[in-house]
Amino acid sequence: MASIALETARPRRHGIPVARIILFILLGLFALVYLLPFFIMVITSLKSLDEIRAGNLVALPEVVTFQPWIDAWGKACIGLTCEGIHGYFWNSVKMAVPAVAIATLVGAFNSYVMTKWRFRGADIVFALILFGCFIPFQIVLVPMAQILGLLGLASSTSGLVMVHVIYGLCFSTLYFRNFYMAFPDELVKAAMIDGAGFFRIFFKILLPNSLPIIVVTVIWLFTNIWNDFLFGASFTGGGSQPMTVALNNLVNSSTGVKEYNVHMAAAIIAALPTLAVYVFAGRYFVRGLMAGAVKG
Amino acid sequence: MPSLSIRNVVKSYGSVDILKSINIDIADSEFLVLVGPSGCGKSTLLSMIAGLDSISGGQIIIDGQVVNDLHPKDRDIAMVFQSYALYPNMTVAENIGFGLEIRGVPKAEREAAIQRVAKQLQIEPMLKRKPSQLSGGQRQRVAMGRALVRNPKIFLFDEPLSNLDAKLRVEMRTEIKKLHQRLGTTIVYVTHDQIEAMTLATRIAIMKNGVLQQLGTPKEVYETPANTFVATFIGSPSMNLVPARLEGVDGKPAVRVANDGGEPIVLPLYRPTREHERLAGQNVILGLRPEAITDGFGEHPAEALRRVSCPVEVTEPTGPDTLAVLKFGRNEVTARLKPETEAVPGQPGQFMVDMSKAVLFNPETEQRVA
Repeated sequence: MASIALETARPRRHGIPVARIILFILLGLFALVYLLPFFIMVITSLKSLDEIRAGNLVALPEVVTFQPWIDAWGKACIGLTCEGIHGYFWNSVKMAVPAVAIATLVGAFNSYVMTKWRFRGADIVFALILFGCFIPFQIVLVPMAQILGLLGLASSTSGLVMVHVIYGLCFSTLYFRNFYMAFPDELVKAAMIDGAGFFRIFFKILLPNSLPIIVVTVIWLFTNIWNDFLFGASFTGGGSQPMTVALNNLVNSSTGVKEYNVHMAAAIIAALPTLAVYVFAGRYFVRGLMAGAVKG
Repeated sequence: MPSLSIRNVVKSYGSVDILKSINIDIADSEFLVLVGPSGCGKSTLLSMIAGLDSISGGQIIIDGQVVNDLHPKDRDIAMVFQSYALYPNMTVAENIGFGLEIRGVPKAEREAAIQRVAKQLQIEPMLKRKPSQLSGGQRQRVAMGRALVRNPKIFLFDEPLSNLDAKLRVEMRTEIKKLHQRLGTTIVYVTHDQIEAMTLATRIAIMKNGVLQQLGTPKEVYETPANTFVATFIGSPSMNLVPARLEGVDGKPAVRVANDGGEPIVLPLYRPTREHERLAGQNVILGLRPEAITDGFGEHPAEALRRVSCPVEVTEPTGPDTLAVLKFGRNEVTARLKPETEAVPGQPGQFMVDMSKAVLFNPETEQRVA
C-alpha cells in the first residue's frame, strides 16, 4: 500500500509506473470477482430453460429471450398463486418508501431538537437512541409480534413500516445529529431574529441544507429495508409479503421444474431498486459521508 | 427617552458571573460600540439584547419596554452576525426578504423593500445569486441588507468585519459609518478592535472580565481613560505608563520619574488642581500618549511643554510619523516624532513632553486620579 501511495504522489516522468499497472490489474481482478455472479445471473435470465440444461454456465445465450423476465414479473407461481412477483414488488415499494421517508424525517427532526434546542439530558436521549442501532433483529421478534398484534397491525404492510421506522430512526438520528452538530448555530439564531418559529426553522433552514445527509440516510435505510428478509418473513403473511420473502418462496418451491432463468430474472428485479438508488445518488453518498465526517 | 437601557444586567452560568451588573443607556441614533478582549462578555451582552441569551438579573429596556422575556422576533431588532449567517439555500433576494415574508408582508411591498435596500447597498445585480457565489464583502452587504430591510429600532452587529481582509475591512468600516450617518439608526456594535471602536462609535463601552470599565465618547476614553486597562487598550501604540512620584518643586507640583544613576526627570504639572496638591508626596503612574512625547511634531500648547533629554533606543518610521522607543528614567516609552526626525538610535536626544495630555493613575487601584 505504502509503495503505491508513494508512486501515485510522485510526478510521472517515465510513462505509467509499474506500481500503477499492478494496481489496476488488482482492481480489475476484484471487480471481476464481484461482477461474475451478476454476469451469470444476467445471461442465465436471458436464456431458455433448454439452453441452460444443455449449455455451459458462463456461455453467452445463443438466442436471447425476455420470456423469463415476463414470466417472473407476471406468471411465476409463488405458493398457490401464479401471478408472478409484481404484487410482492409493489408490497416492498409500499413498505420501503413510507418507512424510509418517515424514518428520515423523524431522524432529522430528532437531531434538530437535540442539537439546536439543547435540553437537559439531550446527550442521554441520544445515547439511548444510538443504542437502538446495536439491538439485533432476532431478539425483538417475539415482543414486536405481540405489540403488532396488540395494535392490530399484525400481518400488514403498515405494521412492517412501523417496525422499520423504529429501527431506521436510530440510524437516521445518528447521521443527522452528527451533521447538525456541524451546522452553524448562527443560521438558527438569524432565523429566530427574522421571526421564524420552531417548525419553520426546521423546514425552511435546516432541511433544505441537508441534502448530502438526506441522501446518505435514504441510501442506507432503503438498502436495509428493501433487503430485509427476517421482519418480512416474520410479520407478514400471504398477500402482504415483501419481495425478498416472495423471492425465497419462488426459488425454494419444491414442486415442478426449477426454472433457473425465471429465478434469476426475479432476483435481478428484486435487486434493481437498490442498484438504481446507488447509481443515481452514489455521488452524493460519498460526498455526504465526507460531510458528516469532516466538520464544516 | 433612551432608546436602549441596560440596567444592572447580570449573566451567570451556575456560580460563575459572566457579566457583573452592567449599566448602559443610549439615546436614539447613537452608535454604541462594545469593545474588549475576548472573553470579556461583550458578545454575551449583545446576545442578551437580541434575546438569544437569557438574562440572569437586571433589565434590558428597548424604547421604554422591558424586553427580558420577549422573543427575539418581538424586540424590533435586527442583527448582523460575524459569519454573516446567510441562508445557503436561498437567493440574495430571498435572504433579504425572509423576515418580511414571515411577518406576512405582501409580495409587491416585499419586492419594493428588497429593491430599495439592494440599491442602497449596491447589490442589485446579485439579487438572483446564492450566497455561495458571492465574495466576502458582498456577503457582508447582504447580511446588512437583511437587517436594514425591516427598518428595526436597533441594529446589532456582532464583529461583522472580522472575517474580511484588512483592506476590505477599512472600506466596509467607512460604509457602516456612512450608513449610520444617512439612516440615523441606533446601533450596538461588538468588536475586539479598538480602532473600529474609535472610528465608528458615538460612545464606547470598554469591558473586561464581565465588568464595564468605562462608557464614554471616543474622545473621553482616549483622553481621560478611567483606569490603566482602558488607557492601554485604547490607542495604538498604547499609552506609556511610567511609575512616578508627585511632589512639590519650587512650590509647584511636579511629577518626578526616578532614573538609574542619573538625574531624575522632573516634569512640572500643567495647570495643577487641588486634587494634585492633595496627592503631593504620593506614588502615581504617569500616563502619556506617544504623541505627547515629541520632537516638536504636532500641535502643543507652548506653556505645557517640558524639555527632557533621553537616549533613543530604536526608531520605527511609519511614513506619516516616526515612532521611537526612548529610555525614560528606568522605563521605556514610545514617542511619536517627525517623519524626518533627527533622533539617532543609541544616542541621547532632546524631546518635549506635553503635560496638558498627561494623566495620573493610582498605582494600587489603577484608577485615574487626575
